[in-house]
Amino acid sequence: MSAVKSQPVIPSSAKKSLSPVQLAVRRFRKNRLGVVGFWILAVLYTIALFAGFFSPYSIETQHFEAPFQPPQGVYIVHEGGLRLPFTYPMTVTKDPVTFQKLYKEDRSKPEPIRLFTRGEEYMLLFFIKTDVHLFGVQNGFFFPLGTDKLGRCLLSRTFVGSQVSLTVGIIGILISFSIGIVMGGISGYYGGWIDLVIQRIVEVLLSFPRLPILLALSYVIPATWPSTYVYLGIIAVLSFLGWAGLARVVRGQVLSAKSVDYTQAAKALGASDLRIILRHIVPNLTSYLIVTATLALPGYILGESALSFLGLGVKEPMTSWGILLSAVREEGFSALSQYPWLLTPGIMIVLSVLAFNFAGDALRDAADTQSRN
Amino acid sequence: MLTFLIKRSLTILPTLLLVSFVAFMVIQLQPTSFVDAYLEDPRFSPETVQRIKVQYGLDQPLLVQYGNWIGGIVTRLDFGYSFVNNRPVTSLIGDFLLWTIEIAGLSLLFSWLIAVPLGIFTAVHKNGVVDGVASFFGYLGLAIPDFLLALLLFSAILATGGKNVGGLFSNEFIDAPWSWAKFWDHLNHLWPAILVFGLNHIASLQRQMRASTLDVLNQDYVRTARSKGLSERIVIYRHAVRNALNPLISSAGLSLSELVSGTLIGAVVMNLPTIGPFLYSSLLAKDQYVVMTVLLLSAFMLMIGNLIADVVLAAVDPRIHYD
Repeated sequence: MSAVKSQPVIPSSAKKSLSPVQLAVRRFRKNRLGVVGFWILAVLYTIALFAGFFSPYSIETQHFEAPFQPPQGVYIVHEGGLRLPFTYPMTVTKDPVTFQKLYKEDRSKPEPIRLFTRGEEYMLLFFIKTDVHLFGVQNGFFFPLGTDKLGRCLLSRTFVGSQVSLTVGIIGILISFSIGIVMGGISGYYGGWIDLVIQRIVEVLLSFPRLPILLALSYVIPATWPSTYVYLGIIAVLSFLGWAGLARVVRGQVLSAKSVDYTQAAKALGASDLRIILRHIVPNLTSYLIVTATLALPGYILGESALSFLGLGVKEPMTSWGILLSAVREEGFSALSQYPWLLTPGIMIVLSVLAFNFAGDALRDAADTQSRN
Repeated sequence: MLTFLIKRSLTILPTLLLVSFVAFMVIQLQPTSFVDAYLEDPRFSPETVQRIKVQYGLDQPLLVQYGNWIGGIVTRLDFGYSFVNNRPVTSLIGDFLLWTIEIAGLSLLFSWLIAVPLGIFTAVHKNGVVDGVASFFGYLGLAIPDFLLALLLFSAILATGGKNVGGLFSNEFIDAPWSWAKFWDHLNHLWPAILVFGLNHIASLQRQMRASTLDVLNQDYVRTARSKGLSERIVIYRHAVRNALNPLISSAGLSLSELVSGTLIGAVVMNLPTIGPFLYSSLLAKDQYVVMTVLLLSAFMLMIGNLIADVVLAAVDPRIHYD
């Protein structure tokens, strides 16, 4: 090390230069919708992670006395006086003609909603056994989103269902992107007959319309499998179809990156193929891959919900937004006007897809360094 | 042009062959087959089941079965046999195809009629009120699954006293000969389907049209047209829109197949006699030749759609030449 005698003097007023990532974050923050989408996703994934804690009941507990109970409201005014948040218990009467259960709020007995109540046991973060729930009531029940046919709490089922609906995309993207990058990389880097074979496979996969082949493939999963295997099987099916388009794009990018000077230089210096791919080609693709992943995630959420809605996706006792919506289909269309709260899982699907699209569009604009104004 | 058509058609063939093989293998991977169900039925002895298997060649090695199926298609246009309906697949699929083409075609027409003018308008009046509202509904349209939209629309129809939900005809008209009453009944059942499929499609189409119009409006020839003093109308409709439509045309092939198969779940909810629900019910019944045929057919439609789009694009865009 030769000591440098005269260090260049940096004027203290000079702006600190930002790294490309910091610049991208700054551009992302300017997009209001993108930021909103990001925060919606943050909330949704937090709920999914601590689903047992946020939900008042277990998803399997059936409250036979309260099937198809409408949602209970949260109030703060009782008989003209202000109170801490409370709810009214539901009283049940039977319609004398149809024997249908009729629910009515009992306005005389306000039931305070307590925080950190003890209730049914569950696994926090999948390994801590506890019975503390974020909120609950001491007497009677509190179903903020009502109940389903078997009297199961819909809010709890929606929260726990988000664990399936929101992770299918993440795991699916990880798998399909790994396959896509590897296959596309090999195809573009080595060329020749390997390229030919891989591109043929890609072409065949892309010539199937997505949903029909998805349906047929999901039917390959044996009905006798336990629900966790089925869940993994659904992810496998979704990612099996998802990698093809990406492999094609990665191949193109690798082809162009291969002829660039710095790649040639690395090659001349004797770098291994793997090193060239990982150190010189992949970093150029990262921003593209992140953006594509964010925009591809809604496809997985919608795909899973579609399959589960038809009864070909994950199965009970696991639950997902698609399964919850399929209850509407089982009850018939007239159920919608009778039990409209059964549609809330659908709102969750729309909300999460919207959020991913907002965030994805904002990310794309943030990563785009060419058309900067 | 003709040589291009022939060449493109020929390149479809090997892909189609591979597609048929994948479709065949996907079916073979299914844990149980239709004939297996007979084994659990006490009315069928194992010998009878074996005889049925021999009759349909299901006892042969896989590759022979595949060869027989492809051979039948190529030589006799015989796509196999539907075990559920006891009829050849070819005699079944015609009706489904007809309704599919009707619904998909009308939905496509509907979505273009709305999305293209809307896309142009929002591009010309960028960041205006209409643009904001359209982009909001565009995002929403992309996020609502078609089956949810179908559920919402049907419950709205029922809530307002309508009865025409599900299917394409009321019960009394299903086997009746065509008459004005039947036609009217058909229209009453048709519009919800077209609305659901169309709305889902409009969202993406409008975004595409807006983006491509914006692209074109920044081109030099548009500036030239303006500087020549042409009226804004002529600049937009003669110079900009004609070119902005090209990317849409080349994606129209894809969108046709999207309208046929992408709306499968919505069609199941609406109980439509199209090939999507047909595929679903055949899958549940393990009617293997029907499933294979529908898979093959939907892939074929996608390829043909792309081919037609290429041809139309060449017809409207003089810059494109195929040799």
